[in-house]
Amino acid sequence: MLSLNLVKPLALAGLAAFLSLRLCAAAPSDTTDAIKTIRAIGTEGRGNAQASAAWKQLAAGDLGHLTTLLAGMDGADDLVANWFRAAVDTIVARESAAGRKLPVDDLLAFLRDTKHSPRARRLAFELVARVQSDTAEKLLPGMLNDQSLELRRDAVERVIADAARTLEAGKKPEAIQRYREALRFARDVDQVQGLARKLRDLGETVDVQKLFGFLTHWKVIGPFDNTDGKGFATVFPPEKAIDLAAEYDGKSGKVRWSDHVTKDEFGVVDINTVYTPLKVVTAYAYTEFVSDKAQPAELRLGCKNAWKVWLNGKLLWEREEYHRGMQIDQYRLTGQLQPGRNTILVKACQNELTEKWTVEWQFQLRVCDHLGTAILPAAAK
Amino acid sequence: MTKPSHLSSPLTHYALRVTLLSLCLAAAPLTAADWPQFRGPHGNGVSDETDAPAVLDAKGIAWAADLPGRGLSSPIVIGDRVIITCSSGPQQERLHVLCFNAADGSKRWERQFWATGRTMTQTKTCVAAPTPVSDGRRIFAQFSSNDLICLDLDGNLLWLRGLTRDYPNASNSIGLSSSPVIVGDTLIVQVETDCDSFVAGIDAATGVNRWKTERPHNRNWSSPVVFADKPGRQVVAIQGLGGVVTILPTTGEVLWNRTNESANISSPTPGDGVLYVAARAIVALQADSDSHTPKELWRNHLLAPGTPSPVVQGDRIFTLAGGGKLCCGKTATGERLWSLQLKGSFSSSPVLAAGKLYTASEKGMVRIVDVTKPEGGQIISELDLAQTILCTPAIANGALYIRSDAKLWKFAKPAAR
Repeated sequence: MLSLNLVKPLALAGLAAFLSLRLCAAAPSDTTDAIKTIRAIGTEGRGNAQASAAWKQLAAGDLGHLTTLLAGMDGADDLVANWFRAAVDTIVARESAAGRKLPVDDLLAFLRDTKHSPRARRLAFELVARVQSDTAEKLLPGMLNDQSLELRRDAVERVIADAARTLEAGKKPEAIQRYREALRFARDVDQVQGLARKLRDLGETVDVQKLFGFLTHWKVIGPFDNTDGKGFATVFPPEKAIDLAAEYDGKSGKVRWSDHVTKDEFGVVDINTVYTPLKVVTAYAYTEFVSDKAQPAELRLGCKNAWKVWLNGKLLWEREEYHRGMQIDQYRLTGQLQPGRNTILVKACQNELTEKWTVEWQFQLRVCDHLGTAILPAAAK
Repeated sequence: MTKPSHLSSPLTHYALRVTLLSLCLAAAPLTAADWPQFRGPHGNGVSDETDAPAVLDAKGIAWAADLPGRGLSSPIVIGDRVIITCSSGPQQERLHVLCFNAADGSKRWERQFWATGRTMTQTKTCVAAPTPVSDGRRIFAQFSSNDLICLDLDGNLLWLRGLTRDYPNASNSIGLSSSPVIVGDTLIVQVETDCDSFVAGIDAATGVNRWKTERPHNRNWSSPVVFADKPGRQVVAIQGLGGVVTILPTTGEVLWNRTNESANISSPTPGDGVLYVAARAIVALQADSDSHTPKELWRNHLLAPGTPSPVVQGDRIFTLAGGGKLCCGKTATGERLWSLQLKGSFSSSPVLAAGKLYTASEKGMVRIVDVTKPEGGQIISELDLAQTILCTPAIANGALYIRSDAKLWKFAKPAAR
């Protein structure tokens, strides 16, 4: 998946204060400086030389430094987290080979403190599991709603296994209840899909559209031209202003907005069903999303056509690639929902290829938080 | 029985000069027996080894190691270390770099990382598709997620890059597979997609860009190759749908450019001053001192390979079509000398050592083909590993290494264990 909020701020003020206090108490200032150096890496390798020297210093530390290094991941993006992960792995490998024991109690305390980075807590969990698998296993029931998707997945998997055993024991209602519990907390697409299938097999109803938060009601307009792929960059009228009553010159005559409701379980908006299969064309889909509050959100898109997405008139991202596959949450676009009405506009272009695998002209879009939890429009709650 | 001249002849003066140049430029203690990159030390699928296994059977398995994740990447071998990459997790978001002891297959070290770029791929491939490269002191591991990891031989981190962090649209939803190469102190990475494409020369010591050049916005899975196009000059050859270019590794300057369409999966293969390129045929190209366009020496569609890249040694070129037709041609003229139909489909590129060509079908049938006979190739040994094999094998220190999504095998004669 692509998170398009790729360059996060490297240090949040509160986190920096926390880290500073922690290191003052537990580590020498050169360790603090080394951590800051790694957290300061920039784009295109800037800061790597300094980070490499800092890493060498950190990786030479002992097991007593592990939680300090794990805390270095707090608020950092995955690239920064990887520097610390490599230092932790290096220390653990060296010290374990020397027969020294991991500081399990410190790691458990770190793991239980949910203010820490989900990545760091996951690594702490894996370290504990390496030497005390039973201890780690016992923690999982409390991690069903964890901010770490990796921990959450394992916790959900445990419930799924328990549900299967319950079903095998002939306790269908109890098994259904356990599957329902797993579904409530599952965020990984494969787990959600598997649970939905299982519950349906047991005669249950599952609203997958709502579970994921797919947007299903759209206004669609097109086709506009896309000869030689130029439609992708062409600013057609819907990009200038949304006027649902307007009529425009399209590729083959006048075009108007029309309603389209997708009943596809995964929210696929098949534009070919609106216009019959077309080639070398561009279309727009528009919807409104009512949010009950101001909140950050992810618009997660699946699309195998060239696309652009706007939220409240702001272009979130664009990608000019055709027919390289489509899947749920293929692209993660970050934005900010405002209280009340929000506008979402999708542009989808179809190219000239004629092979069977190039027929699709479609997309799927859902609104969710950073974990993938559906954010439902206010009216639907 | 005497070996045919094309397989036993001494190096030409030209090739000797190129070899000496390569040795001078090499920053590191690589040995001739190492296999430091995709398709071996010369990037042409050929090992200088003379004692690689001649028989594949269960007794020839020196060891087999379990792997923690999937991978199409080839193992590389540096001295007594075998290095390999894997990807694991429900979305392949966990990246692994592992080092095994060549002697017994025990794990020497492992490092794990979180993917920072996109991990979506076609189901056949995976995030650990590119083969790492080493200069003998450092390992440079690239993944389809555009993560670029530099470690020393003991697994100590030297630097990291998240190329998707820097160039967010340089990705392909069905995966990337280009393997990096290193020339002196410059690492060359090629990331080409329909949406954003580039080739970059990266300072091997720090991971900072030395240069970055835009490339055509076309999907491409082929790998760059280091190539001596003239005596005393090492260039990097890159092919894609838009054609073939050679670039100066220190600056990225394009030296020559041939815009005719070429393949975007199979990789270019260097010979003695000639570059062999798949283009619904094999095309032999040579630098022209009077032009920025290379001379086309010959073209033969009967030698057209599929996904596998060609193997070139001396006066012979070997190509393997996806459907299993193995062809041998003359490098001087392109004349096809013989073909041999192998059973199976092939993604893995063949490799060659001392007249023995090693192939692996997608269903796991590994074969040795004797290519020394003028009358044609002859299968002399085969073994069904019964696992999907998409990687290109490695040959080093008398052993053959091959991996699946779950296992890494070493084949060796008892004396080479």
